[in-house]
Amino acid sequence: MQAFEYANPTTVSEAVKALAVTGGSAAVLAGGTDLLSLMKDGVETPKRVVNLKSIKELQGISYTAGKGLRLGALATLDELMQNAKVKQEYLSLVQAAEGVRSPQIHSVGTVGGDLCQRPRCWYYRGGRGLLAMKDGKSMVMEGDNRYHAIFRSSNGPAFFVNPSSFAPALIALGAKVKVTGAKGSREIPVAEFFRIPATEGERENVLAHDEIVTEILVPPAAQVRNATYEVRQKEALDWPLAAAAVALQMDGKNVKSARIVLGHVAPVPWPVPDAEKLLPGKAVTASLAEQVGEAAVKGAMPLSRNSYKIRLARVAVKRAILRAAGMEV
Amino acid sequence: MPEYKWPDANDRDLIGKRISRLDGPVKVTGTAKYAFDINRPGMLFTRTVYCPHAHARITKLDTSEAAKMPGVKAVRIIQNVGTEIQWALDEIVAIAATSEDAAEDAVRAVKVEYEVLPHFVNGEAGEKAPQAKAAQQNVVGDPNGAKAAAAVTSKGYYGIPTISHCCMEAHGQVCEWTDEQHLEAWCTTQSVAGLPAQFAEGTGIPAANVRTHCEYMGGGFGSKFSVDRWGVECAKLAKDAKAPVKWMLEREPELTIAGDRPSAYAEIEVGASQDGTITYWSSKSWGSGGPGGSGSPPMPYVIQPANRRHQHISVPTHMASARAWRAPNHPQACFLTMSAIDDLAAALKMDPLDFFMKNAAITQRAAVYQEELQKGAELIEWKKKWRPRGQNGPGPVKRGLGVSMHTWGGLGHNSNCEVSIFPDGSVEAKLASQDLGTGTRTVIAIVLAETLGLPLNAVKVSIGDSSFPPSGASGGSTTVGGVSASTRRAAQLALEQLLVKVAPDLGVPPEQLEAEKGTIRVKGNPTKSMPWKQAAARVGMTPLTAKGANPGAGKLIDQGVGGIQMAEVSVDTETGIVKMEKMVAVQDCGLIIDLKTAESQCYGALIMGICYALTEEKIIDPVTGRMLNANMEFYKLAGIGDIGELVVHMMTGPEYDKRGVIGLGEPPVISPGAAISNAVANAIGVRVPHLPLTPDRVLAALEKGGMS
Repeated sequence: MQAFEYANPTTVSEAVKALAVTGGSAAVLAGGTDLLSLMKDGVETPKRVVNLKSIKELQGISYTAGKGLRLGALATLDELMQNAKVKQEYLSLVQAAEGVRSPQIHSVGTVGGDLCQRPRCWYYRGGRGLLAMKDGKSMVMEGDNRYHAIFRSSNGPAFFVNPSSFAPALIALGAKVKVTGAKGSREIPVAEFFRIPATEGERENVLAHDEIVTEILVPPAAQVRNATYEVRQKEALDWPLAAAAVALQMDGKNVKSARIVLGHVAPVPWPVPDAEKLLPGKAVTASLAEQVGEAAVKGAMPLSRNSYKIRLARVAVKRAILRAAGMEV
Repeated sequence: MPEYKWPDANDRDLIGKRISRLDGPVKVTGTAKYAFDINRPGMLFTRTVYCPHAHARITKLDTSEAAKMPGVKAVRIIQNVGTEIQWALDEIVAIAATSEDAAEDAVRAVKVEYEVLPHFVNGEAGEKAPQAKAAQQNVVGDPNGAKAAAAVTSKGYYGIPTISHCCMEAHGQVCEWTDEQHLEAWCTTQSVAGLPAQFAEGTGIPAANVRTHCEYMGGGFGSKFSVDRWGVECAKLAKDAKAPVKWMLEREPELTIAGDRPSAYAEIEVGASQDGTITYWSSKSWGSGGPGGSGSPPMPYVIQPANRRHQHISVPTHMASARAWRAPNHPQACFLTMSAIDDLAAALKMDPLDFFMKNAAITQRAAVYQEELQKGAELIEWKKKWRPRGQNGPGPVKRGLGVSMHTWGGLGHNSNCEVSIFPDGSVEAKLASQDLGTGTRTVIAIVLAETLGLPLNAVKVSIGDSSFPPSGASGGSTTVGGVSASTRRAAQLALEQLLVKVAPDLGVPPEQLEAEKGTIRVKGNPTKSMPWKQAAARVGMTPLTAKGANPGAGKLIDQGVGGIQMAEVSVDTETGIVKMEKMVAVQDCGLIIDLKTAESQCYGALIMGICYALTEEKIIDPVTGRMLNANMEFYKLAGIGDIGELVVHMMTGPEYDKRGVIGLGEPPVISPGAAISNAVANAIGVRVPHLPLTPDRVLAALEKGGMS
């Protein structure tokens, strides 16, 4: 690990100042489950590390009737999984946290860190850049892409998958992320927090270099049936091969409106609006869930080694819908 | 000289019982010192410049900046300009510095340039690979005639990839020169007694001047026999720096260059008569284990049809050289063979249990295999649960059963043991052996205590030091036979000498005495006895010592075992995820010294087998030739929730006991790949030809078989 400065602010404004002067050469430290390995492997070499864990205002989980859930950026996965209100209304978040099969990460990993962690693409982690280009060609396209994206945008050669466990569920639930920087605070829908970098050096989210995530705001979900389903090969710690989060507003037995977001299949969490349209006005059945799953993967463009992920994404959608509806998966 | 033999079943106080390993407490409390834990005064740390390319020539090398970095005490150029590098992460420069970070900074300051050369890393290419070397075809009987005469034939393609040993404790050592001519090294090694000669060869000092230690180690699995280049270079760094140096491999090189089980692929055709007897076998296999290619898996495995042919093609690749992996060549041969014959059973519409039972007749241990198959079938409830392929339930999750069988030698290696009986009654056995985590220390203590009639806590076992009497390297299931036999002989001999000294006190000839229950007593008259401590005082001022060796007089050991395993899986046919429900291992290994550590060997082997069956593979990037998953994140190993229920049954009884001790490290790790693959084929109705059985492969097989 290369030598670095260490800043330990106790307020958000101090943290923002500590970041602002670095011109983008600083890294933000929360739980550290991602940053430390990136630094040890020399993939990230920040000149300054800004620790957020001493900032009290970033901690805690609270619920306000009518407004919904506030997750402090430093809320740990454990805190989230044990929160009574979350367990009652936001099952999709609990299920996403349970998918991280590591007591250690549950203890120290944070909700903000989950959103801001870097992709697990093995070319990126091998020091070959987020887009992994070599001689004008994508190493991912030519190489081993079994865990890479099956959806792409016109926005250049990004094939990594977004690694967040919570983002699909948060987007399905209509959550916003609050960020604070030198210019003040802003609230961004989680769906707009992520972006697909077009060139090497661009980040995969919209945070300016002096901005940090301070909290996540999730609307009330008492009337929303929500669920996450991840396809993971192992019971032990293992990244999902595909995941889906579903939020269903119900009107009696029928679905009133639906939000479905896929995870681990594209460089950003991947909403599937065309598939969502099949649900309103209908009662959830196994065959309807199957149809929605099929619609969700329309337009997938697999790489040389990952067409199996299309099927897994389809199944994840089907099972997330059934799980949300309280049916056996 | 005593009559060397094992005590009769009714005379055993310790042997064959379930005894917890003696070093369990120090391991779980962290007080056990592994090579990684050795920190000598003034010790330096090593970091290494590795070649980033799979095939390249060094064109420029400049270490001058690095040598000037703060904290840097020694820089060694391991491979210089002009050298052609044959695999990624081969060592180029090693730097010893006052901290890991200082060494790492210096590594970054080394300037190396390479001419990158084309690499080849696809061991599956077989004959089409450049430099593929075909061995002579091996033919027995009349394969062509047998094929024509067979009632049913089955043809398939099967593959098992290169995997890494993935030792929890990475390779490496601490080296310290006690003076210009004497080297002491703390190593993680399977060969404490073998390393001094290897260090000597590398450093130019006499082997007698090298002392190596390995008190505890975190896994070797066949990858830790050699001093390795990092061992010799560590010693040289320590000499240059005039300070002790630690060099332990980081996880990426550990997985990339320090462990490599060769891959194996095969096209196999096999045929049987209508009654299910296999009469015909034809196979062509290929595989790779780095630049040296790979050896031929022994095929067909265990089952020997009267008419057979086999040919192997060795495929050199730009990957690190193969190392022996637990039962070298057997897991490959077993997976390829048992998959092919299981497919033949399906073609015959025969229950594989009946089929394996029948064809056990054409193995070298027919009666043993049949008894074991019977036992295994009971334990997994085969006859109740088994359904033909494709008839395993209407829902998306299908259950299936699979069976496999295996064999191994396990003859005890050369071993020397010195037993001392001290005047105060304490007892010590010394051997330059090592405990890989298998229970070697415990087994030696059991044999020593049993022989001297003492409780386990009254004896001391000293191993892991090359200054002790030499014992063989721990590989090939040779240790338990070697050390138990040498210890038994040394202990019997020491006891005989003690009895001579004690006999006058008890008024009988020494041959009428025995050591039992902490006393020396007259055979048949236990009241006429002397406490052990009092007896030991008769040795005089200095300890009584005796040496025992293996091989030696008397039949204490044997070789050749058979084992069977059965697997029950459930497969989610929508996701391709295979879940282990249950595995049963039925194994013989002659006379068992410690039933608990023997069973533990089998549990460990089953878990290791589940890993290579379901998740484990070296993923090599075709673009760069680099291993992409050289970390504990994507080099996937099973966790506790992934292994299902494990049932181990050791075959015991007079017929097994009378053979003596036989090694157990390898046999139980051979069958899991085949048993699990066969269970998956049974569950989903179609063969998934390649291990590991990952979702992509399972789904592809379902699709190809028209089952998705």
